Formats: sequence, C-alpha cells, structure tokens
Amino acid sequence: MRDRLQALNGPQTLGNGRAFWISFAVVLAGALIYPAWADPYDVGNSAYFLIWIFMALGLSLMWGYTGILSFGQTAFFGIAGYGYGVIAINIGASGGLTFVALLCAVSLAAVSAAVLGYFMIYGRVGGVFFGIVTFATTLALAAFLHQTAGPEWAIGKARLNGFNGMGGMSPLELPWFGGPIYLEDTALYYFVLLLLLAVYLGLRLLVNGRFGNVLVAIREDPLRAELLGYDVRKFQLAAFVIGSALAGLSGVLYTAWGQFITPASMGLPAAAMPIIWVAFSGRSDLTATLVGTFTLLLAFQTITIYSQQYALILMGAVLLATVLFMPTGLMVEIGRLIRRLHARATAGPAP
Amino acid sequence: MFAEIFSILFQFADVFAFLVLAAAGLAIIFGMMGIINLAHGEFITCGIYVTVAGVQQGLPLPVAQALGALTAGIIGVILERTVIHRLYNRPLDSILATWGISLIVTQGMLVTLGSSWAGIGTPEGSFQVGEYTFSSYRLVLFAAAVLVMLALYLLFMRTRYGVLARATMQNPQMARALGVRTPWIYATSFGVGAALAGLCGALYAPTMTLIPTMGITFIVEAFVTVVVGGANVLIGTVPAAMVLGAIRTALNAWQGQIIGQIGMLIAVILVIRVLPEGVSGWLLRRNR
Repeated sequence: MRDRLQALNGPQTLGNGRAFWISFAVVLAGALIYPAWADPYDVGNSAYFLIWIFMALGLSLMWGYTGILSFGQTAFFGIAGYGYGVIAINIGASGGLTFVALLCAVSLAAVSAAVLGYFMIYGRVGGVFFGIVTFATTLALAAFLHQTAGPEWAIGKARLNGFNGMGGMSPLELPWFGGPIYLEDTALYYFVLLLLLAVYLGLRLLVNGRFGNVLVAIREDPLRAELLGYDVRKFQLAAFVIGSALAGLSGVLYTAWGQFITPASMGLPAAAMPIIWVAFSGRSDLTATLVGTFTLLLAFQTITIYSQQYALILMGAVLLATVLFMPTGLMVEIGRLIRRLHARATAGPAP
Repeated sequence: MFAEIFSILFQFADVFAFLVLAAAGLAIIFGMMGIINLAHGEFITCGIYVTVAGVQQGLPLPVAQALGALTAGIIGVILERTVIHRLYNRPLDSILATWGISLIVTQGMLVTLGSSWAGIGTPEGSFQVGEYTFSSYRLVLFAAAVLVMLALYLLFMRTRYGVLARATMQNPQMARALGVRTPWIYATSFGVGAALAGLCGALYAPTMTLIPTMGITFIVEAFVTVVVGGANVLIGTVPAAMVLGAIRTALNAWQGQIIGQIGMLIAVILVIRVLPEGVSGWLLRRNR
C-alpha cells in the first residue's frame, strides 16, 4: 500500500512531501464539506469552475511535460460537447445511458486527436507549426459549426443550430436504488470533484512513472530521447491523445452542466483561455496548473460581471506579462519558493 | 465557353490574391525570425480601420490605403522594439506574447470603437465577358498581389537591405560578426511584415463590413498558406497560394465557402505529412 502511494510522488511533481499531502487533505476535506454550508447556486458555480480544470491538466501534460503546444484544446472540447449532445438527444438518455454518451463523446475527441496528431506528429511537425495547425483547425471547426443554422444541419434528432448552439440534451444521470440521481448542482459538484481527484491522482501516477519520465526526456531533448531508443512519436501521440481527451471530458461535463453548447466556446477568444490558465499557473506542474486555473477562473468570472471585454483584456495582459516576466508560471514559482523555505526550515540554520 | 473559363480563372485569381496578400506579412516575419505573429489579424484590422477612417475624412482611397499600411508598419516596429525582440530565443513564447497582444487589442477596440462601423463600399466599375459581369476591383486586388510579390523579390534580391536581411536569415551570428546590425534588420523586417498585413487590410477594406474581430477572416488562410509555403516567402508563398487557391476554388464552386475552407485545411494537414518544411523547404533541400 505504501509503495502504491509512493508512486504518486516523484521528480516530475512539485509537491511530494508530508507537508504537501497534509495540506492536500485539508483542501480536499474543505472541498467535500463546502456544499454543506454554501448556497446551492455557489456550489453549482464551483462545479462549473472545476469542469474546466480537466482541459488545463490535459494541456499541462502535453505542453508542460511533453513539450508539444496544442492550441486545439477547445476544438476537442467542442467535438466532445457536441458529440455528447447528439448522442444524448438521439438515444433519449435515461439512466446509465448518459454515461455511455459521455464515454462515446470523450472517445470521439480522442479518436479525432489521434487522427490529427498522427498526421502532424508522424509528419514530424513540431514547435511553432504544431500550434498553428491546431489553431487553424480549431477556428475552421468553429466557423463550420457557426454556419450550421439551417434545418438541413441535423444529426438524427439533434439540430446543430449554428451560432445559437445546441441545447436540450439531458444532464448526466446516475442510476440509483429508488430512482436515478440527476447530476445537477450539488450532486454534479460531488461527481466532478471526485472525477477531478481521480484524474489528478491518475496523472500524477502517469508522470511520475516510466511513461512520464520518457515524456520529460522528449521535452528536454527529442533527439537524445530518440537515440536512447524511444519511439518519440509514439509517446508524443499518446500524450496528445490523453491531453485532448481530457479537453473532451471538460466539453462533455460543460454541455451536461448547462445542457447547452455553442460554437463560441471553441473559437476566439475561448481558444486562448486554456493557454492563458496553464501559462500563468506554470505548465510544468499538475498541481500548479490545478490551483492557478481555479484562481484565474474565479478572477475572470468576478470581473466578467462588470465587463466581459475588460476581463478579456486582463487575460491578454496576464498572458503577455507571464511570457515577459515569469515564463515558468506564477504558481510554479510560488511552489518552488515554498519548497526552498521548507528545506531551509527543516535543515536548520546554516553552519 | 470562353466566358466560363474566364469566370473560373477569375475566381481562382480572387482566391489566389487573398491568400498571397493575407500571408505575405506573416511569411516574412516567420521566415526572418522563426516566429508566428498571432497578432497578424490585428495588423490587418489596423490597416482596414485606418483606411476607412481616412476615406471618411475625405482622403482619396489609394492615399488612405497607403496610410493604413504605413500605420501598421510603424506599430509593428514599435512592437518589435518593446516586446518581440526580447523573445527571439523562445519562439513559442513569442507566439503567446503576440496572442496576448491580439486579445488586448481586439477587446480594447470593442470597448473604444464599438462593435461595428459603417463601411465605405467597394469602388464601382465592372466589366463583362460573355454573359457574366465581373467587379474591376477584384482585378485590382489580383494585380496588387502580383505587385507585392514582385516588390518583395526586388527588395530581397536587388537592394542592400535585402542582402543583409538574407544574410541574417541564413546565419545571424556570422552576419553579426561581419558587422550587420541584426537587431535593426529584425526590427525593419517585422515592420515590413506588419506593413504588408496593414496593406492587405487596406486593400480589402472597401469590400468588408467593419467589426473589431474581423482579423479572424484572414488568419486561417494566412496560417495555412505559410504552413504549406514554408519559411521562404519568395519561393514558398506563391506556389502554396496557387495549390491552395486551386483546391479552394474547386471546392467553393462545388460546395460553398465553408467546405472550401475546411477542404483547404484538410489538404494542408495532408501536405505537411509529406512536406513538413513546406514547399520552400522541399525546394531548397532538393537543390542542395
């Protein structure tokens, strides 16, 4: 058991010590009892914040750990979101069927990522071009869905509805003894929280294991990794598919949360948001990404109440300032600072 | 029969001009500095707004258009000196910085200029071939695209600046050792790229409705042309625009604009699987 838990720690994550896991448990306990005293509306809103974090964690895996910068997170978000809508509307979605729709939609995003990723990664398109092609794909997909307003654009019973977006799909529904539980507000919050916990811990296992070490080796020097005998392309493609599938998971949860999805959640400026969260937080660490993304989402929503334009200007400024003054990311810097202070405190005064 | 062929050629020329004009500025900046300017669309928007404002102030259209290109160029040089030059050894970060700038500018314009302005209308004039009528201004755009490529060829192959720029592109350390002021070359190249983006906007300004987010209309086409063309604007952009233009024209005629755009993108993804360095990378490698 102890060995299993030790696999969560390793050189690829910042927080590994006892102090980190104690504060982790405190935060988790806080998040678990939070709905007991909070307003149900706020709980639903917090669930909404948590939904986006999967996408950020996926980008951190691709960009921070593997070194491939994808601008296409919102494309896979949209593919899975629309996929969930189409499936849920068509099969009527009652009981566990909504989870079938969830799995199918996330798989759809993963398969799309595998196809796009195959052409780019096996064509050895890297760095700047990878970003540009994923970006162009995202914008073209958003533009395509934007013009699907007419009645001829329908898949089965599901109308795509162009820029107005698709609505009317059922929320996630958990079959339970004595009637199903609809995952809305508090129930959805718990579901997303537990899912996030599983994904976060799973990703920690992944990056601290052999797979993650290879990813980091590829990030540091793809040629050297290749000369050491690793098929770099296979690992890059795997990271790209996992990261994009997580974006798809965000898309499904978002669609199920609001029972609604529009092309605007894929195009500009939405496509810039995951990049900003992850760059600001510090792409090279999962915990930093999680904390930073939550913080930025909270700040963004607070300002959006006054003016969406000013909130977006601020996000642009955050990105610019991060790149110019703190390229490793604010949360990673804070994490490193805490670690240094902690090391100094435990080592005692220097001789 | 002749009229049909002319009509197809005319549509091809229209798409070709759009691709070349939209991509030229982006391709120069990418070729020189290896960075992709995600604020490219905002430089185009700048050209459009300055042109329209100039015409509304009573300037003749060509003067207003020149002013649009010039303004974008000057802003480009200022941006390079303040932000971009810090990021040359971090190409991905420079993309992110320009994306941040793009967000700030687009949303800032929405706040200050409002969501839409009245356009100025396409210059009149048309001609007839067979039973089809064509807009003369579209031919002006095609001529402008050809002239821009010609001017770039002369600039890079026949002037002192061109020699210095190509030297910097090939080997910046060696160029610096030989006394080339490379920071100045980078700043002017960024300015030329931005001015070409502004020119693209200025030329298309009369044909569009003005909204601050209109840069997006151009950037997908600009990106894919640069990806297919590769790093060398002189030998990459024109063949890329011709291939993509042909695909786009055929698909537009068959299924409409949006399928044309998506088909073009799929073509790009297929092309980079075979030619990861674009047309110009492939040509240079073959001749080596």
